[in-house]
This record gives sequence, structure tokens and C-alpha cells, in this order.
Amino acid sequence: MRAAREPKLRSAANGRAMALPLKPRQLLALLAVALLGLTACGGGDQAGSDSSGDERSAGSSESPLSGALTVFAAASLTDVFSELGDAFMADNPDVDVTFNFGPSSGLATQINQGAPADVFASANSSQMTVVTQAGSAEGEPTIFTENVLQIAVPAGNPAGITGLSDFANADLTLAICTPEVPCGAAAETVFAAAGITPSVDSLEEDVRAALTKVELGEVDAALVYVTDVLAAGDKVEGIDFPETEEEVNSYPIVALTAAPNPDTATAWVEFVLSDVGAAALEGAGFRTP
Amino acid sequence: MTVPNLTQRGVRRPPPPSRWWRTRRWPSGKAPSQRSGARIPLALLLPAVVGIAFLVLPMVGLLIRAPWSELLVRLAEPEVGQALRLSLITATLATLVSMVFGIPIAWVLARSAVRGRSILRALVTVPLVLPPVVGGVALFLVLGRRGILGSWLYETFGFSLPFTTAAVVIAETFVAMPFLVISVEGALRAADARFEDAAATLGANGWSTFRRVTLPLVAPGIAAGAVLCWARALGEFGATITFAGNFPGTTQTMPLAVYLALQNDPEAAIVLSLVLLAVSLATLTLLRERWLTRS
Repeated sequence: MRAAREPKLRSAANGRAMALPLKPRQLLALLAVALLGLTACGGGDQAGSDSSGDERSAGSSESPLSGALTVFAAASLTDVFSELGDAFMADNPDVDVTFNFGPSSGLATQINQGAPADVFASANSSQMTVVTQAGSAEGEPTIFTENVLQIAVPAGNPAGITGLSDFANADLTLAICTPEVPCGAAAETVFAAAGITPSVDSLEEDVRAALTKVELGEVDAALVYVTDVLAAGDKVEGIDFPETEEEVNSYPIVALTAAPNPDTATAWVEFVLSDVGAAALEGAGFRTP
Repeated sequence: MTVPNLTQRGVRRPPPPSRWWRTRRWPSGKAPSQRSGARIPLALLLPAVVGIAFLVLPMVGLLIRAPWSELLVRLAEPEVGQALRLSLITATLATLVSMVFGIPIAWVLARSAVRGRSILRALVTVPLVLPPVVGGVALFLVLGRRGILGSWLYETFGFSLPFTTAAVVIAETFVAMPFLVISVEGALRAADARFEDAAATLGANGWSTFRRVTLPLVAPGIAAGAVLCWARALGEFGATITFAGNFPGTTQTMPLAVYLALQNDPEAAIVLSLVLLAVSLATLTLLRERWLTRS
């Protein structure tokens, strides 16, 4: 309907009814392409959209904290931190929290390259060390939670996975994380401890990518964090295995030296370490250190 | 003009073979276009220079920061050769597949009177605006072993596409084919359709007109499209890592290797990028000189 109306307005404006530049159908096609383009832009990482927060600082002064807060956090923290972010913004209406979730290793590289982050929460200590050694961290990181690996299988466990030894079966379609990222490093340790040589089909770039493939049913099993299995809901089932205790991932958090918003950064770290934060983490399946 | 006239000195030599590295050498040291002396207007020159700097500087950055001493050691690593070989093979296969299906699409878009061609064109070019990762997920939904077509394939033949080298080719084809279609369609539109009409009046049927008249006519356009398509396939990342996964030797192409190296060894990532950059630049220059300028 809109496509039909627009040419009329145009012809009234320039007085030439015949000079329509586009046929309605072409216009529709253009609109469709433009829409696709828009959604494509919306899918980008969230770190880029933090500039709007600064304008809000001029508003009400009920809360001492204000402005944009950018948190770089491990992919496995996606759900629990998003939830905590909403709670934090409810407490501090002038603060606008945005997250950049990704593999801790990639985030550490971005931070050392000068990404405008206020806080870094890593999925293991070694990637945090990358940041502290580069002098990018403000003070000592604090361990705020722990996580272990679990076998994730699609609902109903169609391939009949029973334990870690199934990862040596070449006939199954299996995924683990690539050794460069924390969940992959943990998987290597676990396999070494169990004396298993895994025969996997894909080394996924982060834990959420591995989980997605289980959710889609494209792999028979993947090694992910116990929290990821919980976050995936009904689509994924978790299978415990004893060797998982060989590698307990500790999650450190720290405010960053180059934080554009240092006060809010400190407040966020305290919030995550508070009882509210601990409760949310526990609800998501994380362990209290 | 390229052949220097040596007969004055009484030495008779055959003209030098036409080699691509010689085609730009002129006796005066200047190409004819330079001598004809079209001055570049300032309004074009300035943005052109800024644009070139913008495109070239990141590559210069790679060159400056590259750990040159490590370069040879890295190149000798078997994983690098493996990833490079896989990239070249899959990108070439993806280009061939794109040509087999893309040229007919371009013909339908440019020559046929099918209703709804503009919608068809928009649909065919959707992969251009789609984030490649979304393309990868979409491929899962159709060709994955629980996908619309893939589940039939899996149940009937026990064959599952994801995580295979074939999946890499499919992902690259999905992303790169629109580049070929657009190039070839443009070439077809620019080509004089009267030659085809003439062939038809002389009794050639549709297929032989296409094969004997249309194809040779738009060959440069096809070549340009194929090069573009190959380059895009070579750099493909998002759809590949989503649909084909990442495993050295089967599905880990160079862009995936670069991305994963970036996670904990940025220097290795730079070296890998340089290798990919050098190979693609060399191939493209060679092809362009040999293939495009001739016609």
C-alpha cells in the first residue's frame, strides 16, 4: 500500500505523472534489500553502540553513577551477565551497560589493542594474564566464579553418548573448542587426564559456536561448560563425566586501566562479586569459588 | 609499437614474445595514455589518493609489523601449507560451481522475459547483504543433517554434509556466486544482442547461439566475474566456520587459520595473512594480465 501511495505524492510534487523512477515492484524489491541491509547492520558487535550513553549523563542526578559502561566478557557469561546488566541498570538508571561477549582470548587481544572497554571478565586465568602483563588491568583481578566442562548432546541423545570415551569414536560427529580458547584448552587437559585421543570433526571457535551445533542437532556431542548446557534449555542435555574435575576453570574479573568510565567499572566489578551477582551465577550453573 | 625497430642497425631479430610483464614497456618509458596527457582534475585526484591510501595502508601495516625473521619458519609449518592448499582448492572449486550455475542465472536475468526478474535478481543477490554467519546457519537449516534437504540425504544415504570439505565449497559458493552473476549479467546487458539475433536468423538454435555467439562475446565479463568470485571465496570466513566447522586438513581454510591464530598469537596471524595476501595478489595480477587485457 505504501508503495502505491508514494508515486502519487511524487507526481504531485513535480507535476509529471509519467516520470516515475521506479515501478512498485522494483520499489518493493529495493525495500526488501534495504531491510535486509538494516538487519545485517544490527547484528554487529555491541561494543560499537556504546556512544549513546554519554548523552544521558546530563540527565537526572539521583544516582552517582552515569554514562556508558562497556563490559568485555567471556562467551560463556552471555546469559548471566545480560541478566545482571539489566539489574544493574535498574539500580543505576543513568548507566547504560553494553556487552561484548566473545572468546576470552579474542577479547584480551582487543583490549590490548586499545578497545574502549571498562571491565574484562575472562573464562580463564591465562587470558587474564595476557591483559595484566600488558598493563591493561587496574589492580589485581578477582576470581568471581568457577565452571567445569560437561558433554552436551541434542535432546534425546540420538547417538547414545555415555561418556568421554565416545569422543574417540570416529563414526560420530563431534565438536570441541579449538585449543586456542579456554574451553578448548580445558578439553585438552580433560582428554589427557582420561588418556583419550579424541576424534572430532570440528574445533569450534568458541564455546557458544560448539553449543549451537548441538542445538541444531548437527553434531552428536560437544564438550561445553555445564552452564552452557543449562542455558540451552530443553534442546540440549548434559552428561556428566568424572574427568571433568581435572580442569576447573576460574573466572577472573578486573576493571581496566583505560576504562572510559572508571567509577562505574569498579561498581560493576563489586556488583558481580556481591550476593546478587553470586546468586545469579549460581542460578546459571556456575560454582562459587 | 612495443617492438623496437632494430633493422636500422642491420640486426634482424624476431619480435620479443608477448609476455605480460613486457606489455607495459614502451620505448619512451611512458604508456600511450600518459602521453596523450589527460590531466586528472583535482576534484577527482584528491579523493582518489585518499581512497588509495585507505585501501593500501592496512596492507602496509601488515608488512611493517610482520615478524620477517619468523616468516620462513612459519611457512615451513605443515598446517600452513595444508590450510593454503585447502583454500586454493576450495576457492577454485567454488568458482567452477559458480560458473556452472551462475552464468545461466545471469543469462536468465539479462535475456529472458521471465516475469518477476527484478525480484529474482534481488533474491539471487541476497547473500551479498546477508552476514556470512547467517548464511552459514541458513545452510544448516537446508543442508544440515537435520535440514530440509539434508535430513533426506542423511536418512537415505547416511551422508551428512556439514564438517566436510564439500561443505566448505558450498559455503564459499553461496557467498561468492552473486559476484559472478552480477558481473556476467552486466556483460550480457552491455553486449550487442543483434549478433545473437543474426545467429538465430541463420538457423542456430538457442543453445548453439549461446555457446557459439553469446559466450565468446561476454568472455571478458565472465573472466572478470570469475576472478571476483574466486577472490571472495578465498577470503570467505563466516559461512565456512559456521557450516563447515574448523578442522585442520578438512575444513580449516586460511581465513579460519588466521582468525584462530589471532586468538593467542597475533604475530602468527600476521604471517598467515601475508601468505594469503601474497598468493591472492600474485594470482589476481597474473590472471588479470594474461586473461583480461588480451580481450
